[in-house]
This record gives sequence, structure tokens and C-alpha cells, in this order.
Amino acid sequence: MKRALFAVALTALAFVGTASVQATGGSDAIDQLAITSDGMPRNLSDYGFFAGSPDRPNPALIPYSVRNPLFSDYAEKARFISLPEDAYLHVGPDGRVDFPVGTALIKSFAYRTDAGGLDTIETRVLLHRADGWLALPYVWNEDRTDAVLKVAGARMDVVFDDPSGERHEISYGVPNKNQCKQCHNRDGKLSPIGPVWPDMEFPREGDHERLKELASFPRNGLFATPRWDDPAEPIARRAGAYLQANCAHCHSRSGSASNSGLFYDERLGEYAVSGYLKRPVAAGRGSGSFDFIVDPGHPERSILLYRMHSLDPGVAMPEIGRATAHREGLAVVTEWIAGLETRN
Amino acid sequence: MSRLNFAWLAAASTIAVAQPLAAETIEVAAGEGAQERLQEALILAAEGDEVVLGAGRFDLTDGLSLDVDGVTVRGAGMDETVLDFTGQQGAGEGLLVTSDNVTLRDFALENPKGDGVKSKGADNIVYHRIRVTWTNGPDPSNGAYGIYPVESTGVLVSGSKVSGASDAGIYVGQSSRITVKNSIVESNVAGIEIENSRDALVENNIATRNTGGILVFDLPNLPVMGGGNVIVRQNLVVGNDTANFAPPGNIVGGVLRGTGVLVMANENVWIEDNVFDNNPTAQVMVVAYTQSYTDERYNPYARKVAVGPNVFGRGGDDPQLDGADMLLAAFGGSLPAVLWDGITEGDDGLQVASGIDGWTLGLTTPGQQFAEAIPGPLTVAEPQGIDWDFSNVGAPAELEARIK
Repeated sequence: MKRALFAVALTALAFVGTASVQATGGSDAIDQLAITSDGMPRNLSDYGFFAGSPDRPNPALIPYSVRNPLFSDYAEKARFISLPEDAYLHVGPDGRVDFPVGTALIKSFAYRTDAGGLDTIETRVLLHRADGWLALPYVWNEDRTDAVLKVAGARMDVVFDDPSGERHEISYGVPNKNQCKQCHNRDGKLSPIGPVWPDMEFPREGDHERLKELASFPRNGLFATPRWDDPAEPIARRAGAYLQANCAHCHSRSGSASNSGLFYDERLGEYAVSGYLKRPVAAGRGSGSFDFIVDPGHPERSILLYRMHSLDPGVAMPEIGRATAHREGLAVVTEWIAGLETRN
Repeated sequence: MSRLNFAWLAAASTIAVAQPLAAETIEVAAGEGAQERLQEALILAAEGDEVVLGAGRFDLTDGLSLDVDGVTVRGAGMDETVLDFTGQQGAGEGLLVTSDNVTLRDFALENPKGDGVKSKGADNIVYHRIRVTWTNGPDPSNGAYGIYPVESTGVLVSGSKVSGASDAGIYVGQSSRITVKNSIVESNVAGIEIENSRDALVENNIATRNTGGILVFDLPNLPVMGGGNVIVRQNLVVGNDTANFAPPGNIVGGVLRGTGVLVMANENVWIEDNVFDNNPTAQVMVVAYTQSYTDERYNPYARKVAVGPNVFGRGGDDPQLDGADMLLAAFGGSLPAVLWDGITEGDDGLQVASGIDGWTLGLTTPGQQFAEAIPGPLTVAEPQGIDWDFSNVGAPAELEARIK
């Protein structure tokens, strides 16, 4: 019953969206075939997610954010869900949301301009097709009227000020299609990372309640991850939340760094899998001449921080999508390691 | 017809994926826009396709990756087709392969910022006549591994050449069914390293001017452990005398300059018919894991390591060991060919064929310091042939057939 109602509501929203878009000569409603058919649409406009500008999302899209976002060179991100008609969601015991075929997850990356506006440079889409998820990166054109598929990725020069006011001029990397999978990899299959129910937030009124009606939930309770930047939380929990958001997509037993033995989807603590007194395996010069991933009491000689700080490809972690150091994140992990009792 | 014809793409407005077409050849030339053209070809290739790289130098700004099963990437030769990563700005390796049944052949990678080629979870992969070179020679700022298959079943590395790696030239980790053969590893910290892997054959290679020639290791705190069933035969292991240039902290940073073959914490290792010469610390070294660890799944001992007949030239005459002068004096100018730490779990830690000289440090417990050594001559049993199941040692025959 309620599901049907929601579908009607979505259609109505889509209709409203279409009407207002047509007035400005934009595109039609979301093209479900572009999401589900074989092939890789060349232009972002082929889907109908945006009406001729990254600032004009189709009202049928459900905006959301996550409590602990991945750091991406201080880019600001806008996330949306596009659900097919009659969508039904299943939330697993770990909180991961299982979306139906026909779903698209959309994420735009933007920087604040000197004039104060947001300038969106790329939009990545995850399409749930009958044969699994597909990740595709789109780069917006000069006029920001449409974005074009860049399966092989791209580089562009970006200038921005970080929250502390420091100016950065970086070569921003748009990942290629394979690199998308490198992070979005669970047991060799491409999967969404961000949508974990208790960690998702829905800014638009009513979305949260409506999605809840569409979803089934596990019997166990689901608890939100602490915010990495919440000073009220214990430091180990903050560091754990930060490392989970920024490392665990690869550093898990089913991820791309499964061979490392370093797993940040597991509870952070004085364990080898957290890096505690763990020696490097295949780090090479990434070790920075230090002995341990986490050297308790010694942030200055912990490989973890050395690699999170480095901008040098071959050393820098994460390997993809970071051309600046995340000062605020580093501070949290540094504080955690500094607070561990020295062992050597 | 090339699948990368741009006009065709524009006309069709979508790019077809996974079409049931006959295998195609996709040609990629060096020159302007190589990064995007080559990466696009690797992404759009379908199963069975061959991506053919033209002769010349490809200037690359980012790591490349391949995630399509059954693709062959073929260059015009390891000196003709060069993927130049000197200007690399991102990614942890030059080329990352994450799909099965891939063949890489006849091209080179130069100066990748991290590893050269990494293949992870990529079963039945063939590396044939691949060259990875750090052109500035031994340098701690070079990448760790040249050729780096990991977590894979079925690995064949043949006719390849790696130099300058700050860890291992050819490194196979957490894998099984492995052959490394007919390859040259020169001026790396470790020439060839078989780590946490099973059923490996290392034969007919040349390991020279590395810090250590061929290493067989098992390390703790890794998802895959229990390395063993390794045959090292008919290799030329000569003049491995480069000072260790690994960044400290790495396990290979502990490899002593002048080590021919090093076996550490492994079981069923057979070393036969190799030629050893001019390895100034030890032609063959067999030891337990040397560092502290906490991992109850881990066995730190060297078990059932056998040194059969080999040819030994000069060696052990300039060992990187504390008290080298006294040791050399005691042994008459040069140390015996086989160095054992003496640490054994049962009574079959090490066996050595008759006529081969050895010495032991006389240690008893894994992690014991060298300072506690009580050196003495080696008296261990002779090997009586391989008494473990070696029927699965080496890469599956299908991999060999691909490069015939």
C-alpha cells in the first residue's frame, strides 16, 4: 500500500520536475533504460538526472549524505539516489542497503569558487543492472551544461582554499572505470560503499520516512558510526570511524587490499589487523623507513600516518583520488596513536 | 574494424559492452594522448581480445589497469614498446590487472612510482618477455616490486627482466601454482621472492647483482600463510653483492648483501642443480623468522629444506656478518656454502647433499639474536629425494601453451 503511494509520489515529483525543466529547455524525466540497458551512455544528460546544470537535479532524485564521507581533496559532494518504480529496499544486518536493479547512485564533486558558488567538475554514477553494478565517471563541460563519459579517467587543474584558508593548486584526478571498481570492490564484485542505512542522512523533508516505508530491516539493531569529527566522541572511536570511511573500502578481507592483512572495517584497537605493531609487507618505500604501521605512542614514526600524509604516488594512501593531505583527518589519527601506551 | 573508432562512437551514442563478437585486435600507438587511448582500450576490450601496443615510448601520467578476463596485451618487444611512467602522478603501480586468464607480453615499463605490474586475484596470468626497469639503478626511492602477482592461482613469469626494484624484482605473494623461469633479475634488493605461496617452481633464471638472489619466505599476519612446496633449480645465482638499498622497515631490508638463495620460515623447499658463484655472505642461507610476531597461525621454522647437488664457486669470502674477520679466519678464508641458523622444529629442518660444506649458527629458538650464535660445522642428514607431493608444483600447462 504505502509502497504504491510512494511510487505515485515519485511520479508526481518527476512530473513537476519535467514541467519546470521544460520551461528552460532541459531534458525529460529520468530515462530508466539508460540505467538498465547494456551500453555506456556517452552523456550524463542521457539519463535525465540533471536539467542542463549540476545545480538542477531532477526532483525525482533523493538527495542524501553520509556521516563519515571519504576525503576527496576537499571536494564537496552531492549524492543522490534514483530508484526505479516499485522499488523495495533490503537493509542487511551490517546496515548495507541492498538496492533493486534499476537503481542509480549519483555523486557530484564540486569546489567552492572565489565568488562563493559551487563549481561541479565531475559526476560519477553507479548503475545497478541485471548483471551487477556498473561505475561510470562523467566530466562536466566548460559551460557546465552536460557531462561526458570519460571511461579512461581524466586530470584537470583545480584551485581551491581548504577550510583553514590555505590555497591548493592540484592536478585533480577523475578515476577511470577500473579505478572506480578498485575501491567499489567486494569479493571481486562492484558494490556501493556509502549507503549504510544508519550512517545515511536525508536533508529533504519526508525522504527518510518514505524510504523507511520501502525498506525491510534486520532483526538486530543498527547503530550509527560515530562522527570522526565529533570532539565529544572518544578518540579511538573517531579514528576508527575515519579510517573506516577512508581506508576500509580497500582494507577489508573482501576488498582490493585484502592481501595486506590490514583491515579497517574491523574494530580499531591494539590488534595486528589495525596495524598495531604490525610490520609492513609490500609497502616498499611506502614504509618511510619506519618499522610499524602503528607504532604506539609514536605518530611520528607510524607508517599509517606517513602514507596518509604523503602526496607521492607509490607512497600515498589512498592510492587513488588524493592530491592533498587531509589535515583534519590526520590530526584525529595522530591523536589516537599518540595516546597509545608506548611499547618500545 | 577498430572498436575505438571515435566517429562510430559518436554516431551510436552509446558504447557497447561485452558484445558477443569474435575476438578483436585493438591497436594502440605511442604518441599524443597515450594515457587516455591506452586506458580506454584496456577498458573497452572484450574477453579474448588482443590489445596490441605499437613500438615507441608511451608517456603515461597515471597507472593503467585491466579488469577484463582473457585479454592479451602485446607489445612489439621489451626494448621496442616502452610504457614510461617517469611522469606518473597517481596510482600505486604502473599496470594493475584484476581479471583472470590475462597474458602480458613483449613490452617494458620504466620508472613506475610504485610497483611495476601488479596482478591481484588474477588467476592464470602469464607474463612473457616483460621488462621492468628503474633506469637510475639501485635506489631506495624506486618502487617496491617489478612484477607482482598476488592472491592468484596459476602464475607464469617467463623470459622477463627486472632491475632496480627496492624490494623484489619478481615477487609472487599469497599465490599457488607458480612458475618463474628464463628470467633475469639484476640490481634489485631481492631478485626473485616467493612469499606465503605454495607449489612454486623457480628455474633457469639468472639472478645477479642483487642484494639477495632468490628468496623463499613465509611471513606472519597475512591472510594467506603456510608457504611451501617450492623447487629452486637450474638457476644461475652469481655475484649478488649489491649493498641493501631497501627502505628500512621492510622485511627485505634485513637481507644480507651477498646472499644467493635465502629460505626463511617455509616448508618443503628443494634446491638443486643451481650454479652459485661470488655470493660473498652465503650461497645458501636457511633460517627461521627472525622477528617478534603475534599470530598463532604462523610457523616461524624452516622445515624440510633440502640442498641437493649444486655447483658452488667462490663465495662466503666477504660476509656481511658481525665478527666476519674471526669467522673467516676460523673457516680458512671463506665461509662454507650453506649457512643455517640451526633452529629446527623437528629433526628434518635442513638436509644437505654430501660434499657440500655448511656451517651453523647453533641457535635454537626463532628470534634469537646473532650475537648468541655458537658457530660450528654443519652436520645434517642427506636428502633422499623429494618425499612431499610435487605434482602441483609449477604453473598449469595451459599457461605454458599460451606462449608457445
